[in-house]
Amino acid sequence: MVLYMKYFLMQLKSQMQYKTSFFLAIIGQFLTAFTSFWGISFIFNNVSSVDQFTYEEVLLCFAVVMMSFSIGEMFGGGLSVFPRLMRNGSFDRILTRPRSIIFQVLAGNTDFARIGLIVQALVVLIYAVNKSRNSWTFLKICTLILMIGCGSIVFFCLFLITASCTFFTTQSLDFLNVFTYGARQFGRYPFSIYGKDILRFLTFVIPLALFQYYPLLYITDRNKSSYLVIFPVFSLLFILPSYGFFRIGLRRYKSTGS
Amino acid sequence: MKKYIFIFRLRFMNSLQYRTVVLGGVLKGFIWGFMEILMYKALYESSGSVFSMSFSQMVSYVWIQQVFMVLFRVVFADGEIYSSIAEGTIAYDLVRPVGLYGWWFSQSAANRLAFTILNCIPVFLLALLVPEPYRISWNLTVGQSIIFILSVLLAFLVVVSFAMLMYISLFYIIAQRGVRIIVTALTTFLSGGVVPLPFFPDKIRAIAQLLPFAAMQNTPLQIFCGNITGVNMIKAVAFQAFWFVTLFLIGKAAMAVSLKKVIVQGG
Repeated sequence: MVLYMKYFLMQLKSQMQYKTSFFLAIIGQFLTAFTSFWGISFIFNNVSSVDQFTYEEVLLCFAVVMMSFSIGEMFGGGLSVFPRLMRNGSFDRILTRPRSIIFQVLAGNTDFARIGLIVQALVVLIYAVNKSRNSWTFLKICTLILMIGCGSIVFFCLFLITASCTFFTTQSLDFLNVFTYGARQFGRYPFSIYGKDILRFLTFVIPLALFQYYPLLYITDRNKSSYLVIFPVFSLLFILPSYGFFRIGLRRYKSTGS
Repeated sequence: MKKYIFIFRLRFMNSLQYRTVVLGGVLKGFIWGFMEILMYKALYESSGSVFSMSFSQMVSYVWIQQVFMVLFRVVFADGEIYSSIAEGTIAYDLVRPVGLYGWWFSQSAANRLAFTILNCIPVFLLALLVPEPYRISWNLTVGQSIIFILSVLLAFLVVVSFAMLMYISLFYIIAQRGVRIIVTALTTFLSGGVVPLPFFPDKIRAIAQLLPFAAMQNTPLQIFCGNITGVNMIKAVAFQAFWFVTLFLIGKAAMAVSLKKVIVQGG
């Protein structure tokens, strides 16, 4: 842990060396998140609700997904350097060191510019929490924290899976972005609006709905049963297949030479 | 002109090499488009006809947007150009017996076009195969189709000439990543990539419609789904032509000025 902090600080320092670059990237992230937010708010200028969810409730959903995505990506997005590491052979160097591989790749590639996204998500979250008319009990606040925490981990796993695929292809597969960036894009609305089949897929295969849709039902008083509170925790089961996939890929790994 | 066409052909062939990437792009486009349509379906079902576009228009808009996704993207994988600015290989580009503006213009145009040609037909076919309410429909007459194609072409030229301005700005602002993120966010949003322009609140729309971004994907997409018709089509195309010429001239002038004092990075 101490080592991670060290890596972390070094990373932050080195990114701060290029101040304009760093701040422009943060502003860029901030803007990106805002265009996404305007997208929703322009739509809701015309309609009052979607699938019985009001504007404020959708914003809550948006903020949770944005927040989890940006935390997940801040740490996991660095894994996208896998193809490069593999091509130029520095991955072999990592393999020889006495620390876990994920740790080394992560620690070296945390992207702090994602703070821009996190800040924006936080602003929207506070706004949405203030605006939503339902009462905020202690249990609901816990639910919200669980949603964001578990959501971040699920997003992280998705980035891990995407990166692990490069073990098989040694090339990055743009297609897999559907599951990471797509989840951010379409998770802005409660997943139920896409229909039953997709909701089922996102519950049992890729557990995005577990931290987004079901607990939202509880927070918005649609379903009072408090077992929904722990639904986000179930989504953590997703760690198992994603880590397994990574291990399998690792075993198959053959150095590309040089 | 001939040499630029040659550069264009070379880049084009180069991009054709990446077939797996293109296959991935097709799948991605299809899933993305489909999800987007499901989202709009839920919105339309909840509140019916308050939108300025009908649902079937919306379906066409989303599909044709996916078909031309890369063609109309300002920030695309023009790796050679970025690295030539950042790593100083621009020095080689400058000694070549071709204008740098034309060289980069042909490169960026070819990168986008090659990808689109491989990508657009499969996405379009998939969009034709999906069941009824989600299917794309080609409702244009022959004349309208010609204007639509003209508009696609002009939007493409506006996009590339705007991308050229971004490259030139990178001479001054060395922070490539930040600029790229900001430009992506703004151009996507203001050209109707996040939500179509007709959904914007009136005041914002009035301004957005005058900007060069409205001459990008917004115009051909709206012509395709039948939101711009009759004389307005001609006006829209003229508007695009105006922005293309303007951006092109600004880009040429800016390039000439900045090349006089370009500092080559590295050796």
